Amino acid sequence: MNTIEQTTDEILQLASQHFKVPLAELKPDDDFFTKLGINSLQALDLLTRIEQHFRIELPDYELQGVTDFRTLAERIQSRL
Amino acid sequence: MLDLRQYTCLGEALRAGIERWPDELCLIEADRERENARFTYRQFQEAALPLARALQDAGFRQGSRAAIIMTNQSKWLISAYAVFYSGGVLVPLDYKLSPREQLALLAHSKAEVLITEHHIWRTIVQAPDFGSLRASTVLVTEAPPKAELAGAQRWEEFRGASEPAFVPRKRQDPACIVYSSGTTGRPKGCVLTHENYLEQCAAVTPLFPFWPGARYLSIIPTNHAIDFMGGFIMPFTGGGTVVHLRTLRPEFIRDAFTRYQITYMAVVPLILKSLQRGLEDRFAGLPPLKRRVLNTLIGINRALTRRRTRLRLSRILLRDVHKAFGGGLRALLVGGAFTEPALIDFFHGLGIPIYNGYGTTEACTAIAVNDLQPFVPDTVGKPVRGMEIRILNAHSESIGEVTVRSKTVMSHYLDDPELTAETIVDGWLMTGDLGQLDARGHLRLFGRAKNMIVTEEGKNVYPEEIEAAFEGLPVKEICAFAANYIWHAHKMTGEQLVLVIHPETGKRVTEELVAEIAARNRRLLNYKRVSGYLAWNDDFPRTASMKIKRADLAAQIREKCGRETMVQL
Repeated sequence: MNTIEQTTDEILQLASQHFKVPLAELKPDDDFFTKLGINSLQALDLLTRIEQHFRIELPDYELQGVTDFRTLAERIQSRL
Repeated sequence: MLDLRQYTCLGEALRAGIERWPDELCLIEADRERENARFTYRQFQEAALPLARALQDAGFRQGSRAAIIMTNQSKWLISAYAVFYSGGVLVPLDYKLSPREQLALLAHSKAEVLITEHHIWRTIVQAPDFGSLRASTVLVTEAPPKAELAGAQRWEEFRGASEPAFVPRKRQDPACIVYSSGTTGRPKGCVLTHENYLEQCAAVTPLFPFWPGARYLSIIPTNHAIDFMGGFIMPFTGGGTVVHLRTLRPEFIRDAFTRYQITYMAVVPLILKSLQRGLEDRFAGLPPLKRRVLNTLIGINRALTRRRTRLRLSRILLRDVHKAFGGGLRALLVGGAFTEPALIDFFHGLGIPIYNGYGTTEACTAIAVNDLQPFVPDTVGKPVRGMEIRILNAHSESIGEVTVRSKTVMSHYLDDPELTAETIVDGWLMTGDLGQLDARGHLRLFGRAKNMIVTEEGKNVYPEEIEAAFEGLPVKEICAFAANYIWHAHKMTGEQLVLVIHPETGKRVTEELVAEIAARNRRLLNYKRVSGYLAWNDDFPRTASMKIKRADLAAQIREKCGRETMVQL
């Protein structure tokens, strides 16, 4: 199973690919709304991409109130 | 549909609908491609009455207040009906607020009962001010078997055995307390009466009638006036069906149109844009010849629907496009003031009936709706039945503050007579919006007279809330504005927030200060963030009680600085 660090790294990679932002610019504590310049629907898009990658299902509410990659990774880790 | 004049309260009208159409489909709850539940009106009643009984057994009585914090789902409506059946007052709260904000509004509303979902309850329990919660009964839905409930009870097990008493209310009694703002700072709890809702429902139903078989897709949070009306009161008094979708992901929303043959749906601009993008992607993938045919058909459709919508004709001309929306769609409802006219026009070109309208919580949803006779994308339509609109203090081009009078205007703001007196003057509700009525009676909006802004995601943001987040900065004073309030843009879309900073005497805005502003800005929910700041070196004009005179300050800034002086963060 992935460690939380691996999960975080994989999420950063997915975000970087999906929204075409250089990976080097993304840090775990970054606010993904600001850093990626996305709105709430685009964040759900990212969530769908993450689900496909990790082969899990995350309800929308798991993203409620989450704004940084690290917390997002923790939510995913708990379902792996 | 039912003749609502014969009922004195929502509980009575809802019960009449349930008894009139017992075997019709009332609710469908879907999650992604799965279906969680279906209820006929009889089954809905059977689910709600034991809850009403248990509430009554727990001491809930006439006038008691119950708050609901839930996502869009069947238990929202079942719980609300149990509350109305018991003569209670409903306090629908936004599940997207932070736990701190939810606790503040729960305290303000003095709700004795809280009905919520387990994942929401989990975050409320962890909030530092959890101790402030005074609700004596907390019910949580869908809690996992071994979950720690922190004093709450399971909604599914909270059932009384005997028949509950039906507790009627008078038309003037409060039905709901709906917060139009006020998460930090001054809560604005609109007290809406049974009469407000019954009158609103009667006024809007002729435009959007429900019948057994008509289906409303509910994705806008049900605490919002529009979903509460369109996704609860209207279908229930017409025998229609409410479809709850427990995800907001565009791919599932698109799928729901065809899967459930949707008739009506209310959307925020963001969702509308995503539907547009989905269609545009499909159009772009067409071979060149098909693309040309499509463009020609859109042109023909536009020409034939210039004077009025002709839904049947559009469905034939643009069959494939309409099929993607299920084929039975009668209306997409959208807050017109905050939606780009070009976006509305895109759907109109395809013959998808899109009704842009305008409303406020204080007026119990709709004030004006475009009746599409003909389609006018840049107005918010004509006043709905029973609604009088007056433009107050009109200056250039007859633009002034929109004030309205109707039986749907709220009773008052909860526990705030001062704000109520400022907002309802001689029976007229001051909306705080600048507007103009054209010769055909269509209302056109031009911006805010007050400084609340509405974001693309359909959220209200008040500058006072933003200021609270920047309190304690090493500056003399700060004030947040909607940029279009300072520099009139003659539109209500694409709004930005700006923070006006008055540095300490003799000091400048330093890099450290900007870094601190940026850091605090990031901590705000994304839709509440300021886009930039503006340094201002004069004292802010203030009232005797030291409140900032926002209009005066905005006027001073407008006179001295252009929009370009705003430094982007």
